[in-house]
Amino acid sequence: MLNKNIYLILIISLVFAISFWIGFNVNLLPAEASINAPIYDELFKILFIIGLIIFIGMTIAVIYSLFKFRKRNDQIGDGIALEGNLSLEIVWTIIPSIIVLLIGLYSYNIYDRMGGMKELNHNHEMMSSNTEKIWAGISQTSDNEIAINNLSIEVSAMQFAFLFNYPKGNFISGELHVPVDQKVSMKMESKDVIHAFWVPEFRIKQDIIPGQPTILNFTPTKVGKYPIICAELCGPYHGGMRASIVVEEESDYNEWFNKNKKPEVNL
Amino acid sequence: MTISIDPQKTNNESLQPKGWLRYFSFSLDHKVIGIQYLVCGFLFYLIGGTLASAIRIELASPMSDFMPRDVYNQVLTLHGTIMIFLWIVPVVNGAFGNYLIPFYVGARDMAFPRLNAVAFWLIPPSGLMLVASYFVEGAAQAGWTAYPPLSITTPQSGQIIWILSVLLLGGSSIFGGINFIATIIKLRRPGLKLMQLPMYCWAMLGTSLLVVLSTPVLAGTLILLSFDIIANTGFFNPVLGGNVVVYQHLFWFYSHPAVYIMVLPAFGLVSEILPVHARKPLFGYTTMVFSIMGIVVLGLVVWAHHMFTSGTPPWMRLFFTIATAFIAVPTGIKFFNWVATLWGGKISINSAMLFSCGFIINFVFGGITGVALAQVPFDIHVHDTYFVVAHFHYIVYGGTVFIIFSSIYHWFPKVTGKMLNEKLGILHFIITFIGFNLCFAPQHWLGLNGMPRRVAEYDPQFQFVNQISSLGALLMAISTIPFLINVFLSARNGKNAGDNPWNALTPEWLTSSPPPVENWEGEAPLVEEPYGYGKEISEQK
Repeated sequence: MLNKNIYLILIISLVFAISFWIGFNVNLLPAEASINAPIYDELFKILFIIGLIIFIGMTIAVIYSLFKFRKRNDQIGDGIALEGNLSLEIVWTIIPSIIVLLIGLYSYNIYDRMGGMKELNHNHEMMSSNTEKIWAGISQTSDNEIAINNLSIEVSAMQFAFLFNYPKGNFISGELHVPVDQKVSMKMESKDVIHAFWVPEFRIKQDIIPGQPTILNFTPTKVGKYPIICAELCGPYHGGMRASIVVEEESDYNEWFNKNKKPEVNL
Repeated sequence: MTISIDPQKTNNESLQPKGWLRYFSFSLDHKVIGIQYLVCGFLFYLIGGTLASAIRIELASPMSDFMPRDVYNQVLTLHGTIMIFLWIVPVVNGAFGNYLIPFYVGARDMAFPRLNAVAFWLIPPSGLMLVASYFVEGAAQAGWTAYPPLSITTPQSGQIIWILSVLLLGGSSIFGGINFIATIIKLRRPGLKLMQLPMYCWAMLGTSLLVVLSTPVLAGTLILLSFDIIANTGFFNPVLGGNVVVYQHLFWFYSHPAVYIMVLPAFGLVSEILPVHARKPLFGYTTMVFSIMGIVVLGLVVWAHHMFTSGTPPWMRLFFTIATAFIAVPTGIKFFNWVATLWGGKISINSAMLFSCGFIINFVFGGITGVALAQVPFDIHVHDTYFVVAHFHYIVYGGTVFIIFSSIYHWFPKVTGKMLNEKLGILHFIITFIGFNLCFAPQHWLGLNGMPRRVAEYDPQFQFVNQISSLGALLMAISTIPFLINVFLSARNGKNAGDNPWNALTPEWLTSSPPPVENWEGEAPLVEEPYGYGKEISEQK
């Protein structure tokens, strides 16, 4: 009996060790290029490790049972008449409940750090009348940031392109340029069907909906050019509906901005 | 309350064709209707599978080069619709439910045999209509979710035929659901208590409650959508002041429970199969019953987790995260109970057992990614990507379809009196299991790294992984060949099975194989312990 328990403990610790090793050493995610990305990857790592422990454990249990309890040729009759075990069943109800609850609380914390629970209409007085309702999105305002520094962009999506309107410069661009390490605030609306704005390297996505503006705030942290992908089926050319986001040093950004800036037209 | 044999009905049945022709008739026999559902569903599975192959051929290269882009969208719409509404839902509910439930409750037929026949005969015309819509003006091309405004702006005839077809199939599903509830509650033989019923009855009771509660919502939604399309109303059309997000709420109010309509019956079937081949009682009968009902209740309040990136306010995102993640608890109980059922058994390693164990492994994987997807911050990155595609194929293919095959290996001797060939069966399992995992496991990585779903073209960096996935799809297509050969050869020349080849204790095996029209020659047996393995050893000796 003692021997059996030792084997069990040994196997369980091996499953844990393998899961942790894989969780820490196998990277399944693209580059991290926004302040959201490392937060997301932290959650991913935890879920990945817990998932691996459960999956490897269950798979071993099934394969071991098939092997150990297979019917030999000389055997007749049935297995043991075991119909249940209340304490065991209580254990495997309570432990998963606790795990699920902890994951839920943890992901709430992650979501809060991503800005998911923040007031949505904040900082958007400039673009929208006060009565306009912002329906959804991720807002990332933190108190120590100065609202005026925010780069505000209006995104409009249509079959099959994104257009980025820079109200301060009075111009529209097909490519999104943003300075590194500065918060970007986007208000998005669709001209026709539902689209979605997704930058895998930023770990953010928000649907762009006709008739209901949505909001998306993010802070890029790494200079480079990343794809903007439409993630909601929007018609025959859905797969081709892509744009680029160029994250650049502030000086490069200002150069690009001034080159494109148009004078205010007063009628 | 055994049904007294109605002379009118007996008369009708003697007029009905005998032999294979009865499968093409308006038969009232639940066993005939069950086989009609199964064969009809399998034919649509072959069509849906062909469409899936076309998708994987298109995705073997990053360019859109195999078919026109709008045809690609029609193909993916038809693939989803056919697999859900014409293969999985009719087969796990209609086929096995009709065949098994009357046996399990000790009845001679379903409660409403004519309604039952009507429910089946709605399926072939609506399925054919759906497929034929391709030749009118092109089939629907807004995905099986038919989100407006896309579904309003794409060619109308295809979308309208799609709506009509899904309405008919939903009607068929509701008729079936009412029939199952009535049969399980009212037609039990005297002396048979609810807590003595085989687990599949409980699964079908829960499933039918979901069908009856949620399918009408889908029907209403699609009728409103059709008004928007043909009568220019503005329920969901933003140009006319409609709200596109309301459609998503109404749609998922049905379509998330639809996932449980697809997997709960499979949970029931695997609970019948494992004890027989492991020669052990089903572990934890009572907790299994409660966990099914728990899944039914929770399943109704989680729909908005499909909309975390749409227009949902933050509090709603949080509520649906917690509710969704908690479904893992009753589901987990069932999986632990199945493994405990295997533990200490005398397991026959045969095709039915292998497909059931494949189901456990695949479904645990799909369930884990499901709990991850329930977390809002996790979902925001991978929503509408190939990660989600991989997740739900692990649930509906790796889960339910594996159980459909397992069930066919298990009950083929019941229906035909012949055994299926085991070597071909194990070959079928090995190719399916490898092909399935090769096809869908890499798609998780694709989704995480930036490949959205429902695209005909993609970033060339994903080509190699997509080709692995297509290779897996090819294996899955090949895996149907040994299965079909097996079914046709065994039906003709298979080994005679006898009445009860597995020495099973559930009631359907306590009659001849194939069973007589009235199910039992005499009174239906009272089976108080459908899983009493190990207890009757002395008796059997």
